[in-house]
Amino acid sequence: MSTIKKDSGFGVAQIILLISIAVLVIFVAWPVLLILFNAFFVDGTFNSSDFYAVLTEPETFQALKNSLIIASMTTIGSTIVGTFFAWLVTRTDLPYKTFMKSLFLVPFMLPSFIGALAWKMLLSPNSGYINTFFMETFGLTEPVFNIYSYFGISLVEVMYLFPFVFIQVCGALERMDPTLEESARISGAGLFTITRKITIPLVLPSIMSGALLIMLYSMAHFGTVAVLGIEQGIYNIPTLIYEKIHQSGGSFDSIRTGTVLATVLVVTAALIIWAQQKVLSRGHYQIIGGKSFRPMELKLRGLRYPLLFFCLAYIGFTILLPTVVIFLVGGVSTYGLPLTWENLSLDNYKYILFEYEVTKDAIFNSVTLGLAAAVITMFAGVMISYVIVKMKVRGKGILEFLGMLPFSVPGSVIALGVILAWSGKFGINLYNTVWIILVAYIARYMAFSLKANSAALEQVHDSLMEASRSCGATMWQSLKDIVIPLVRPGMISAFFLIFLPALRELTVSIMLYAPTTRTIGVAIYTLNEDGETVMSTALAGIALIIIVCGQMLINHFTKKVSE
Amino acid sequence: MEDIIKVEGVAKAYGKHQVHKGLDLGIKKGECFTLLGPSGCGKTVLIRLIAGHEVPDEGRIIIDNTVVADSASGEYIPPERRGLGIVFQDYAVWPHMTVYDNIAYPLKMEKRPKEEIDKLVMKMIDIVGMKGLDKRLPSELSGGQQQRVALARALVADPSVMLLDEPLSNLDANLREEMRFEIKALQRQFGITVMYVTHDQEVALAISDRIAIMDNNGHIRQIGTPYEIFEKPADLFIFKFMGIANFLGVREENGAYLVGSGTQQVPWEKPQGSGIKNWVAAFRPSDVIISRGGTGLKGIIKRANFLGATMDYMIEIDGEHLRTEIVTHEAISEKLMFNEGEECVVNFRALYWFDAAQMKEVEEL
Amino acid sequence: MSYIRLVNVTKRFGNVTAVDNLNLEIGKGECFSMLGPSGCGKTTTLRMVAGFEDLSDGEVWVGDRLLSSPKKHHYTPPENRNFGMVFQAFAVWPHMSVYENVAFPLRLRKLPAAEIEQRTKDALTATNLLKSANESPASLSGGGKQRVALARALAINPDVMLLDEPLSSLDPHLREEMRFEIKDLQRKYGFSIIYVTHDQSEAMALSDRILVMKLGVMQQIDSPLDVYNNPANKFVFSFIGVSSFTDVVWQSGAACIKGDNRPLPQGLVVPARMQGEAVFNLASRPTEIRFTNENDINAVRGVVMRKAFLGEIIDYLVKIGDQEVRVQIGRRDPGPETGEVCYLHFLRPFWYKVDE
Repeated sequence: MSTIKKDSGFGVAQIILLISIAVLVIFVAWPVLLILFNAFFVDGTFNSSDFYAVLTEPETFQALKNSLIIASMTTIGSTIVGTFFAWLVTRTDLPYKTFMKSLFLVPFMLPSFIGALAWKMLLSPNSGYINTFFMETFGLTEPVFNIYSYFGISLVEVMYLFPFVFIQVCGALERMDPTLEESARISGAGLFTITRKITIPLVLPSIMSGALLIMLYSMAHFGTVAVLGIEQGIYNIPTLIYEKIHQSGGSFDSIRTGTVLATVLVVTAALIIWAQQKVLSRGHYQIIGGKSFRPMELKLRGLRYPLLFFCLAYIGFTILLPTVVIFLVGGVSTYGLPLTWENLSLDNYKYILFEYEVTKDAIFNSVTLGLAAAVITMFAGVMISYVIVKMKVRGKGILEFLGMLPFSVPGSVIALGVILAWSGKFGINLYNTVWIILVAYIARYMAFSLKANSAALEQVHDSLMEASRSCGATMWQSLKDIVIPLVRPGMISAFFLIFLPALRELTVSIMLYAPTTRTIGVAIYTLNEDGETVMSTALAGIALIIIVCGQMLINHFTKKVSE
Repeated sequence: MEDIIKVEGVAKAYGKHQVHKGLDLGIKKGECFTLLGPSGCGKTVLIRLIAGHEVPDEGRIIIDNTVVADSASGEYIPPERRGLGIVFQDYAVWPHMTVYDNIAYPLKMEKRPKEEIDKLVMKMIDIVGMKGLDKRLPSELSGGQQQRVALARALVADPSVMLLDEPLSNLDANLREEMRFEIKALQRQFGITVMYVTHDQEVALAISDRIAIMDNNGHIRQIGTPYEIFEKPADLFIFKFMGIANFLGVREENGAYLVGSGTQQVPWEKPQGSGIKNWVAAFRPSDVIISRGGTGLKGIIKRANFLGATMDYMIEIDGEHLRTEIVTHEAISEKLMFNEGEECVVNFRALYWFDAAQMKEVEEL
Repeated sequence: MSYIRLVNVTKRFGNVTAVDNLNLEIGKGECFSMLGPSGCGKTTTLRMVAGFEDLSDGEVWVGDRLLSSPKKHHYTPPENRNFGMVFQAFAVWPHMSVYENVAFPLRLRKLPAAEIEQRTKDALTATNLLKSANESPASLSGGGKQRVALARALAINPDVMLLDEPLSSLDPHLREEMRFEIKDLQRKYGFSIIYVTHDQSEAMALSDRILVMKLGVMQQIDSPLDVYNNPANKFVFSFIGVSSFTDVVWQSGAACIKGDNRPLPQGLVVPARMQGEAVFNLASRPTEIRFTNENDINAVRGVVMRKAFLGEIIDYLVKIGDQEVRVQIGRRDPGPETGEVCYLHFLRPFWYKVDE
């Protein structure tokens, strides 16, 4: 029998580890480091006063304030809406609860900047359909509602972000051991007291964690503010970064302002993530129960149908109405024409799908970029997750940290970092090519892949692999026969988790596109900016169809996997 | 008979936590050997060292006359070439493979011809009582059935030794009782050497040819047959670990041995040993003889518990408590159905004397 | 004197009858257990008493208070029933301290602050929790959590305590200890207990009376000793402890164990009602069989298939004909070895028809 020396210095494990670290450093850590470096170092020397000076410029300071105001309003609004609806579908006898629950998840898959586009058409102060309808019908001189405002922006964000809280709270309420509430009931507490003293406090960590997620998302959110804010000069951090880079064509000053703003964004995001971890780890109660019964339901009695109507009205107003508007406006020949049958046709859709180069390119670019990013990140993610979850090697702590990093780096920061890293300064110039967008996508979506693959790997208990080793399989054989087949569902879900968001991506690609490398998001946005409202809307309609079909495909697929 | 597994001077530490130090152990060919100890005593680490999932810091391990791990020479044979069958606590059957594919896997690794694999697997499925279930996935099986698949997989390639790591602790009580007899029957049928690791003394007593008792520091306290371990325990730790134990405090005063805080003298053979003032008389519930009268220690029934097949009494003798069980049928026919508060007389079939100072260690158990 | 009364209580879930026309009378201060395998309707019954499930039919009374009656359209919600209840999964509130958990039901009753404090402390003292009062229940062990649940149920000084498998989540050692604690608390406070369990020895140890249920139907209500000594049917016999059922057949007028052509010994008398049965069962408990010799008029010949030394007891599997019987003897009792021929004396045989 031959023998193998143990600890033969540089083994397979070390090679995988090094590759993993290299991938994360090159794609994720390096761009971020370049941003920090550029923010604090002027001509190679540390200069924090300059950082401070940029920060206190009226324009940048206003953008910081705006980001905070919008994020706060959005967070508060989404938390209230999300918690209320979650409670309604899990703890009351609302009719058609399961159906309503899936309806409330629909906004998750709709890109908010397309929603913003629709609301612009409905509620812009001068030409929005609703505003003009009311002004004409009732002879008002003022518009009913001005969507170009802090409040308007936040309102639109709430419509698309509240599912973050909704889904967390629903999960917590559904998993919660019903006897926790029943024991309060037998102690003499009525349903209202139980909700106040037992239920809400127990799901508070979930509410908080969802709220922080929304805060993070809203702080770094580009689309809605870009569509609705720029007209009134409302900039938040990401839109200001875009504005600076876009308009100056990459001058030193604008890059500097960009890096300073990006630094603020990264720090804020890190703080929010830290707070969320804290809430989750400390306040997370073990409330999952043993024996399960149906949880108590509040009898809504006379309010059952009014509340159902309210929910349907909410969905109709926030999802259906904007979607319908998108498809209708996409069908008129000229923006501003009344939406009547005579003015509607499919000509625009035909045009952008088969003739118009800009949109044809955009669809092709988005699909190929999405596929490429999804495939690459899926495989890199499995490898890195395997090192993090399963391997016992020194130095994997660095990897864990690097793996967490993308979670706290917003898209506009990644885009800026990628510009700094890949536009020729270090030998490789990808600027103005489609490759720079791909590189940025890999950085942006690596976190998704790590999350999905780690979760799948955690499920693969060590003993499964040890069992195959004892059965005579080598390490590679075991990986092939046992580990890979078992994490395949995780890999597939990682693929879709990346492919679909990449299809509708705007924040990153808007900073990196060149005339021939527009993505769908960029095309919709730039067409709209150029006043091609109808074309932009028609493309948005096409994008919605692609996204919904993709989502249905996923649902179908994940159902199959779980069976 | 020669040792098929030899563990020589093995040490293993995780960081600062020294699990084993200078551990020696030999397992004889064809025996069912149980390593019994409280949870966290390092028995799983030892089985992992033998299986090859861990590498010893010191010492060496020999399986079937082949050195499989030697810290001095750096020799290490990976798990897949040690020729062992292993059954894990969490079954570790592969969820994406059918019962058939799970059991066939070790044979496929040995690249045996297809017809032979088919024959051996179907035979094995039959032996573990899973006939007709070969196309099922593990998710469609009960816990007991999954463990049967794991057993079949461990046995199918005819390993020299089968290692079982707490294989029954995830099963419910009835199934556990059934499965332990099945494991024993399989071991007899295959004539295979079994090393079994558990914290459950009843399983250990039921299936083993020899038992090694490991304490919380990873030291082996005693090795012997189930009967030896139970009836001739080397120390108080083993006595207490092996089942319900009674300890009666006895103090020596001017040459008289008195029970608890009272004045009743112990009526039996006195302990051997000098200089010890405080003794503990240890005995099993089955060593207690209770009666309504006659000679012996007088006590009071503090608690009478009818448990179905047995009556469970707690008796107080001068501040000391003891538990005994009597078969219900006997209690009724011998008029020994006591009520709480009644007086009784206690005698003993056998006693072990221990120094009361030893009690500290076992209190935690 | 009956205190809790269930009259014709029935519960249907769709087409399934979970509890079928159950009538019960439980006395004040009595400890009453409902015992049966999972799905027998015991938990549903308890939840109907608590008010968490509606009745499909029948009435629930406590004292002269009608709590549930679908016919009379009467239903008192759980919060107004003034019961104490302890659940299997502890159900202590992790966001409150131990003290606050116990004080919660008292605060709901708007008692004066001093009284709340006094009664909370009393309940904590009774359950040995006073020193953990300010801790979070999450820091306690399973046993500690279940004590908090007990203290919380005790605090309101209820007349009725409902316990739903309160010990099943604890390890065996703790289970026994807590069993005694519950019994002691009952003696001290004098409440009635309705106790739901699937563990027969737990029910035996705790109860004044036991209800054995199967598929929603009452099988027997009796004292523990009577349930053990005079099981009402085959199901009750099989559910109380380990049991063996041996098939017996008639062969040319003599009863023989299946696969064995020796007639049963004259000491083992088959009751007359088994005449004419093609196959019937000799039921036995392992502790109620003794090894004897060939000449005993009770001796049934068998072969030892397996002998296992389990410490306090020695466990045997003996084959008679093609039937298997479990026998357990004390560790000091003499017994045969594996493979040997042995003779069994069935000390207390029970006879059942196959489908009884």
